[in-house]
Amino acid sequence: MIEISNVRKNYGDTIVVRDVSLQIPRKGITSIIGPNGAGKSTLLSMISRLLPLSAGTVTVDGLDVTTTPSDVLAKRLSILRQDNRVGSRLTVRDLVEFGRYPYSKGRLTAEDRAQAARAIGFLGLEALADRFLDELSGGQRQRAYVAMVLCQDTDYVLFDEPLNNLDMKHAVGMMKLLREAADALSKTVVLVLHDINFASCYSDYIVAMRDGTVVRHGSPQEIMTSEAIREIYDMEVEIQETQGRRISIYYT
Amino acid sequence: MKFPLAVSAVIILASISLLVGAGDLSLTALLWPQEGQHATQILLISRIPRTLALILAGAAMAVAGTIMQALTQNRFVEPSTAGTVESASLGLLTVTLFVPDSPVIVKMLVAAGFALAGTALFLRILKLVPLRSVLTVPLVGIMLGGIVGAITTFFAYRFDLLQSLNAWTTGDFSGVLRGRYELLWIGLALTLLAYFVADRLTLAGMGRDFSTNLGLRYRSIVSLGLIIVSMVTAIIVVTVGMLPFLGLIVPNVVSLMMGDNMRRSLPWIAVLGAGLVLVCDILGRVVYYPYEVPIGTIMGIIGSALFLFLLLRGRQRLA
Repeated sequence: MIEISNVRKNYGDTIVVRDVSLQIPRKGITSIIGPNGAGKSTLLSMISRLLPLSAGTVTVDGLDVTTTPSDVLAKRLSILRQDNRVGSRLTVRDLVEFGRYPYSKGRLTAEDRAQAARAIGFLGLEALADRFLDELSGGQRQRAYVAMVLCQDTDYVLFDEPLNNLDMKHAVGMMKLLREAADALSKTVVLVLHDINFASCYSDYIVAMRDGTVVRHGSPQEIMTSEAIREIYDMEVEIQETQGRRISIYYT
Repeated sequence: MKFPLAVSAVIILASISLLVGAGDLSLTALLWPQEGQHATQILLISRIPRTLALILAGAAMAVAGTIMQALTQNRFVEPSTAGTVESASLGLLTVTLFVPDSPVIVKMLVAAGFALAGTALFLRILKLVPLRSVLTVPLVGIMLGGIVGAITTFFAYRFDLLQSLNAWTTGDFSGVLRGRYELLWIGLALTLLAYFVADRLTLAGMGRDFSTNLGLRYRSIVSLGLIIVSMVTAIIVVTVGMLPFLGLIVPNVVSLMMGDNMRRSLPWIAVLGAGLVLVCDILGRVVYYPYEVPIGTIMGIIGSALFLFLLLRGRQRLA
C-alpha cells in the first residue's frame, strides 16, 4: 500500500500540492485525474522520490521514500514520467536491459536478458529491438520506455500520462496491457490520466485532484457522475452508460 | 569495422611514430650504430615516451569528452567548451606564481581543483539558464571559458608568463621526454576507472529522473564524472597542453557508429582518440620536415573540418 500523509509541495508562496492524505490500495489500477495544474504529476513525482517533499511523508509498503536508500526503492517502485527526452543513442534492447539495473548493477545475467526479452515481447517491440531510440516514432519510443519500466519488475508501477504520443489503437492497447500487468502479474499500477473515459473503463479506483488537493476518490461508478465531474473540472458533462461502463460526453 | 583491426591500426601508427623524426632511427642505426649515432638513446629518451604520451593523452581526452557529453546531455560539450581547460590553466598559473618550485604532481592537483570548480560552476549556470537549447549549452561554456581565460591572460601578461600559458593551451608533444610525461599514466588509470563505471555514466546520460528511478545516486555519479574530467584535463594541460576538438569529434563519431552505451563504446572511443592524436602528431612532424608543426595546430585544422562535417550531417538527420 502507498500511504500519503499530509504531503505538501510549495515553491515559495506558490502551493502546488496542499496537505494531501491518501491511501492507494495494493493491486489493481488507480488513476489520478483532474484539470491542468491540479498537482497530479507533482504528487506522482513526490511518491516516487523524484521530487523532494516540502512537508509530510510517503511510505511504500512501510518504506519511507525520503529515507529509504534509492536502490532499495528501485526494486519496489518504478516511475515513468511524461516528456522523456533521452538524448542518448541507445538501442531499444539496451534501454530495456537498463531496467534490470537495480538487480544487475550493469552485469547482466542470463535471467536479466530473458526478462528484458519478455518485456520487449510484451510490448510487441521484437522487430525494433536493435533500432536506436532516435530512429523510432514517438509512439514506438513511448512503448520502449514502458517496456523498460516493466522490465524493472517492481510491485508498484507509476506512469505519468502513459498515453502521450499514442494513437487510438495504441492507447487502447497500452491500457489493456496495463490492465494485464495489474491482473496477471498482480502489480499495483498508478496512472496520471487526462482522458477520464479511459480512467473510467480501466481503473479500479480513481483519485480526483483540483488546486493541489484531493477533492474526490472512489470507484469509477462513484466518480463518473455529472455532479462529481462538475466539482472536479468545473464543467457540465453528460454521463452515459454503455456496456456497463460510464462514459462522459464532453466534446460539445 | 572490428575492434582488433582498430587496435592494430593504432599499433602501426605507434610504430611509425617511433621511427619518424629529425634524428636517424632506422633499424640499421638501432642494431649497428655508427660512430656518433645515438639511436638507442633517442628511442628510449624521446621517441618511446612521446609515443606513449600521444596514446595516453588521446585516449584519456576522448573519454573525458564523452563523460562531459553524458553529464550535460549535450553533444557539443567537451573540456574546451565548458571552461574546464581555461580553469585548469588559471590553476596552473596560480600555483606557478605563488609556489613556483612545487613538484609537478602538486601543480597538476591544483590545476585539477580549479578545473573542478570551473566545471561545477558551468553546470550550476546551466541549471539557472532557463532556455536550454542544444547550442546555448556550449555557448555558455565558451563564454565562461572566455572570462576565465581573460583573467588568466591578464595575470600571465602582468607576470611575464604568457609563453608558459601558450604552452598549456596549445598541445605540443615535441617537448615530451622521459621524466616529463609520466603523469599521463594517471590519465590511463582515470580512463580505466571510467570504463569500470561505464554503466552508471550511461545511465547518468539519460538524465536525473531516469537514473533516480533505477536507484542510481545521480549526484555521486555526476561528481565522480566531474572529478575524472577535471583531473584528465589538468594532467593534459600540465604535460602536453590542450588538444582541441578531440573530446568532441571522437565521441560523436563513435556515437554515430554504435550509439551511446558506454560499456560498448568507451573502448572504441579510447582507441580512436589515441589513433587520431597519433595521426595528427605524425603529420605535424612530416609536413615541414625536419621542423615540427605543433599538434594543436594540426588538430585544430582537421578537427574543425570534421566538426563542420558532423554539424552538417546532423542537420540532414534532423530534416
